[in-house]
Amino acid sequence: MKNLYINSAVSIALCACTSLSQAETRKTEDQDNENDMLLRVQALEQRIQEMDADQSEQQTSGLSPARRQVSDNGFNPAISVIIDGVYASYKSDPEEYRIPGYALGGEAELAPKGFSLGHSEITMSNNIDDKFFGQFTVAIAEHEGEVEVELEEAFFETLSLGHGFTIRGGRFYSALGYLNQQHPHAWDFQDAPLIYRGIFGNQYFDDGLRASYVTPTDVFLELGAEVFSGRKYPAGGEHSGAGSWTGFINSGGDIGTSHSWQAGVSYWAADSIEREYGGHDHDGTAEVPLFEGDSNIVGANLIYKWAPNGNYRDQNLKFQFEYFTRDDDGQLTLLDSNPLEESTLSSKQSGYYAQLRWKFLREWATAVRYDRLDSDNAGSDLDVLDEAGLISAGHTPVRASIMAEWIPSEFSRIRVQYNRDESYQVADDQVYVQYTFSIGAHGAHAY
Amino acid sequence: MHINPGMRRGFLLTVSLCACLLHSVSAQATLNVFACEPEWAALAKTIGGDRLTVYSATTAMQDPHHIQARPGLIAKARRADLLVCSGAELEVGWLPLLLRKSGNADVRPGQPGNFAAADYVKKYGVPEKLDRRLGDVHAEGNPHIHTSPENILMVAAALHQRITELDPDNTGYYRANYAVFEKNWRQSMQQWQQQAASLRGANIVTHHTYWTYLNEWAGMNVLATLEPVPGVSPSSSHLARLKKQLSQQDIKMIIHVAYVSDRPSQWLAEQTGAPVIALPATVDFQGGQTLSQWFDDVMQRLVGDL
Repeated sequence: MKNLYINSAVSIALCACTSLSQAETRKTEDQDNENDMLLRVQALEQRIQEMDADQSEQQTSGLSPARRQVSDNGFNPAISVIIDGVYASYKSDPEEYRIPGYALGGEAELAPKGFSLGHSEITMSNNIDDKFFGQFTVAIAEHEGEVEVELEEAFFETLSLGHGFTIRGGRFYSALGYLNQQHPHAWDFQDAPLIYRGIFGNQYFDDGLRASYVTPTDVFLELGAEVFSGRKYPAGGEHSGAGSWTGFINSGGDIGTSHSWQAGVSYWAADSIEREYGGHDHDGTAEVPLFEGDSNIVGANLIYKWAPNGNYRDQNLKFQFEYFTRDDDGQLTLLDSNPLEESTLSSKQSGYYAQLRWKFLREWATAVRYDRLDSDNAGSDLDVLDEAGLISAGHTPVRASIMAEWIPSEFSRIRVQYNRDESYQVADDQVYVQYTFSIGAHGAHAY
Repeated sequence: MHINPGMRRGFLLTVSLCACLLHSVSAQATLNVFACEPEWAALAKTIGGDRLTVYSATTAMQDPHHIQARPGLIAKARRADLLVCSGAELEVGWLPLLLRKSGNADVRPGQPGNFAAADYVKKYGVPEKLDRRLGDVHAEGNPHIHTSPENILMVAAALHQRITELDPDNTGYYRANYAVFEKNWRQSMQQWQQQAASLRGANIVTHHTYWTYLNEWAGMNVLATLEPVPGVSPSSSHLARLKKQLSQQDIKMIIHVAYVSDRPSQWLAEQTGAPVIALPATVDFQGGQTLSQWFDDVMQRLVGDL
């Protein structure tokens, strides 16, 4: 029994020695000095407590006006209103706009001639509780004389899963592209890249779920997947389960203090969809092309940014490149045609844009962009494909754009943009003057 | 059941040795600290020494209002055990997004892993009303609290408590480091106070409301700022007004932080004859500078030109 005690005592002492020795050696050798420090620490801790008491006193006595509001409104979400408008000038008729090899749908159309309201929207967001964040965005736009209200986002996101996991649910912009996740007012140009216009109808969102995971590594690595209802363009139709899904990987990091980058790849698939393109008028009757079949998209993007010393305020440079390719396989029908015109469709469409934005002064920036699309579409009846706009007839749609903008503050921007647009065989000169103002909550500085 | 005393002895020895090994492993594992600004990185490093791995999201040459939620920052925030930031909305443009993207629940606001320095000091410049016409106003007051040495002392005490709370195993180590820092800082403060005596009551012009806490501490009198309202660039009309307004005043100096353009300051210097002083905005943490070395530098620049 005695031996047992000795043994345990030895091992406990051993343990205490090894664990404490490191700390001990770092302590000051002088024991008196240490006691003196202990007293000082206690005195300071007491001062903190006094300070805390002071602060709560301040709040109750109303010295600090920002904290005086005590009402339910204090819990109102952060609200920001975007006021956006454009003046557009074209050489060609914007109603004639088309992209040979691409049947257009969604919101793929040009802003009307002259003055028009652009993409004004209201966003509300806040923490719901300690576990969820919520965001709600409605866009209000006028379309052919009618005011349309569109629910663009209504989602919740988890805050408390931890370990790098986040789940988002509701309606939201898909993470399948870099630009796709930004609201149009945050874009560097007034209009969407041609490839976004051609295959997403400007931008892709739907109702569903997203799960993402950020790895605990020095280099940023994010893996994620989304499932959607599949009702929204470029999918379509009713689906009992998930109508479309995506998978994405993003990576990125810093190079020194002045450079940073992000690169991503994504995949989108939707099976047995019914995709309706925007109709076109044909001798008084609207023939709407309908695609039924399977579709998938592969995307890749690269972002690079530079700012002197990493200080973005006064000067920075941003390079942005995205590439997408879409494969469609199925049946094409011209609805309301008489007799009903049908064809098989095997379509491959791909394109990219590259842009460079230079903020050369605190309040001024300029940017250039180049777009290019390709397509290779085949079917049993080429006349039907031609009617739908899917025959490129040897034309390669390209567009070159240049933009300059004045940014007096983080909340206002006035922009002038010129496009040399060769989307279709008739080259167009397009000029936009755009204003974008933000009222209310401070927007996030997303990468 | 009979247990052989020798077996028991061996078992106990093994258990205590295992516990011992585990203990030393956990004592060596360091906490990851993500500091939004270099001053808090330097402070955490001083208190935490080699028990903390400290990363600063910004440098002294970056405006902490205007940072983007870069992938590199998300990766760092993902692995953080403790976030040390100024708070008071200084990082409102990027930190909330960064935290949401990182998926790290331990450093959310309200968690022990989230430390906002501005919560521990009395703040100046709390706006009477909130209006964007007034520029970059922060509802909670001026967030550049690190420019007063008194504030550093208050934040250091609170940060020491927080680090100890998160890593109680190293309490003695942190306490010793903190006590040394506190003693040295108080000594330095006496010296800075002596230097600041010559600044008391001096009329100055600043570029931004960056040095409010320093001005209050040193008793300097800020006549005007070059920015018409915080965060808005000095306009020529505002500068012309300033020139007129200040023509009868005796200006000791014009101060700006190193990361903004010195052109508006130089212009006013030509008009008034007052010297321009560029002050390092904060500690050069990445370059190995400490808080007191930085403040020595600031004081020397201020008194050297008077």
